[in-house]
Amino acid sequence: MRKIMMASAAMAMALAATTASAEIKLGVIMGFTGPIESLTPGMAAGAEQAMKEVTDSGLLLDGETVTPVRGDSTCVDAAAATAAAERLITSDGVAAIVGADCSGVTTAIANNVAVPNGVVMVSPSATSPALTTIDDNGYFFRVAPSDARQGQVLATIVKERGVKSVAISYTNNDYGKGLADAFGSSFTGMGGKVEITAAHEDGKADYSAEVAALAAAGADALVVFGYVDQGGKGIIQTSLDTGAYDMFFMADGMVGQSLIDAIGSGLNGSVATLPGSDSPGAAKFLEVSAAAGNDGDGPFRGESYDAAALIMLAIQAAGTPDRAAIQAKLMDVANAPGERIYPGELGKALKILASGGEVDYVGASNVELTDVGEASGSYKELEVEGGKFETKSIR
Amino acid sequence: MIDILNALALFSNFVIVPALAYGSQLALGALGITLVFGILRFANFAHGDLMAFGTMVVILVTWLFQSWGIGIAPLPTALLALPFGILGAVMIALVADRAVFRFYRKQKSKPIIFVIASVGVMFMLNGIVRFIIGPDDQAFADGARFLITFREFKELTGLGEGIAVRQTQALTVVVAILVVSALFWFLQRTRTGKSMRAYSDNEDLALLSGIDPDRVVLVTWIIAASLAAIAGTLYGLDKSFKPFTYFQLLLPMFAAAIVGGIGQPLGAIVGGFVIAFSEVTITYAYKKFLRYLLPDDMAPDTLVQLLSTDYKFAVSFIILVVVLLVRPTGIFRGKVI
Repeated sequence: MRKIMMASAAMAMALAATTASAEIKLGVIMGFTGPIESLTPGMAAGAEQAMKEVTDSGLLLDGETVTPVRGDSTCVDAAAATAAAERLITSDGVAAIVGADCSGVTTAIANNVAVPNGVVMVSPSATSPALTTIDDNGYFFRVAPSDARQGQVLATIVKERGVKSVAISYTNNDYGKGLADAFGSSFTGMGGKVEITAAHEDGKADYSAEVAALAAAGADALVVFGYVDQGGKGIIQTSLDTGAYDMFFMADGMVGQSLIDAIGSGLNGSVATLPGSDSPGAAKFLEVSAAAGNDGDGPFRGESYDAAALIMLAIQAAGTPDRAAIQAKLMDVANAPGERIYPGELGKALKILASGGEVDYVGASNVELTDVGEASGSYKELEVEGGKFETKSIR
Repeated sequence: MIDILNALALFSNFVIVPALAYGSQLALGALGITLVFGILRFANFAHGDLMAFGTMVVILVTWLFQSWGIGIAPLPTALLALPFGILGAVMIALVADRAVFRFYRKQKSKPIIFVIASVGVMFMLNGIVRFIIGPDDQAFADGARFLITFREFKELTGLGEGIAVRQTQALTVVVAILVVSALFWFLQRTRTGKSMRAYSDNEDLALLSGIDPDRVVLVTWIIAASLAAIAGTLYGLDKSFKPFTYFQLLLPMFAAAIVGGIGQPLGAIVGGFVIAFSEVTITYAYKKFLRYLLPDDMAPDTLVQLLSTDYKFAVSFIILVVVLLVRPTGIFRGKVI
């Protein structure tokens, strides 16, 4: 009798131990190597910061911990990204994925792995217009807006600054092409002239031929849709060296301090757009990050935090880390009605959800998802001044 | 008149200056390929990665010098480190010859076997370079950036167009001229150079007249590897160092050697410039250039670009194929591959 008691007590303790230590794994798929490798550590830190915040609060379901599992999307190699996602989903058994980052690999992962396996993806930074219409069964979300919108915003800025004709150089992939098309059509629609639209390949040593063609077009300014550590940098450097252009307009992929550090004062006066807002959330995120020992001021860091936070709130709302249940609840926690939730308030949100209330997650990037599950989009207009990107206005 | 000067300045800035620098780099690389082909009688596919290896040594030594504060400003520190790079490239080339090529030479293997063996050496070097310095871009250029900037030129001449000359471009051309003249002097005037040419012309006859084949092979590798290290360093200084782009250089370098006539040193130089100028002139958009030259009503509205810049590599490939079909000996009647 006593033995049975002991055994059952041990069993109960073992069970309790397993429930208490139960962990929910979330995938973080980003290009830790490749053309945006200088941006991704900060992004991943943002996502992991949200997970730590939730774990430390001890309020998720029965005090579950959330563990990040990183995967390398490489940003450009669809096969490598798909393999990484496959590993996270089948062997690590992640509940959902934060990522991926670049549009091409994100599309590949969504189509080949995430949607067929019924795993939710929330991308912080994939912005290609093509992702609006992919066949995702509702499993793909993004807290970054489509570039169709970014193209319009940038075109308006270029026009307002009195530039009449532009040359466009874009990186030869879904992201670059999507932006170039969106920008080109809105700019011509506003009466501007696009003299030349030419692609550049990333990872080349020499861009003088590309710049020569761009220069021959004889436009007022050069619009660069590329990456900060790659061809985009080469194009700008060569343009300045040869005197082809001295005024540049750029999109989000080119925003990074490393660009200014590499090129120097020639970049002063250039303008870029970056998804972001002046909602109190952005400032709050900086504070919370600083307290957590992270630098929250960088491209897509707040969005990464938001992507992870949305997934965990959806788990709480569903009451289970089941993959399909996350998908069903994600839209509810992102949008009104409910209590507005800012960065650093995840614990409060978890409490509200646990007691059956509703939340409207605002987060760092003013999250508001459209009915296809993507951010509607506000942008910061940045200008390079004295060796730094300074925010000029919010659009 | 001023329009013509403007057109010339524009053309120099975007075509002539970059193509001269690129052509010199290709010519130095092609010289190494052509020497190995002429004397050792095989197409050495490992040459691009030999360049990468030599440049890697230069970069590492440059960083060391920079950390010690040794420099020769306004010239780049890499020039100081170049002898070490040459030494490194020569060592690895001799090791590869000892370990791989000598075996096949003893066997009197067919040239195609050598070519395949050189592909193997290429992959080995490829791996070693990536293992040591990584697959990424490395910046190691320092010193003054420009000989004359776009703006300075405009202010100096009062023209509407400027010519920018980077220091590395000028340096490339100067070093190439020095190296090539030294090489030609060596081949034409010295005893070893003469024996190399004799060996290249007729191996049996050369052996009969008492030329030591091992010595010829040794000197050939030393020269080819030195040229590779110099070409690679100049290319990396002028553009940027990335192992993969050095591997890609193999195509234009072979095209240059074959167009000029493989086995002919002079041909490699001419070929280098032919390839460089074709790549740049064919992908250049002539719109602005023609606007300066033509009367207003004839000025073109389109870009007047023969090929999009995406097809730059295709240009050297097309030239290579056409030359092999029409005149396999190349411009200077080299050997037939």
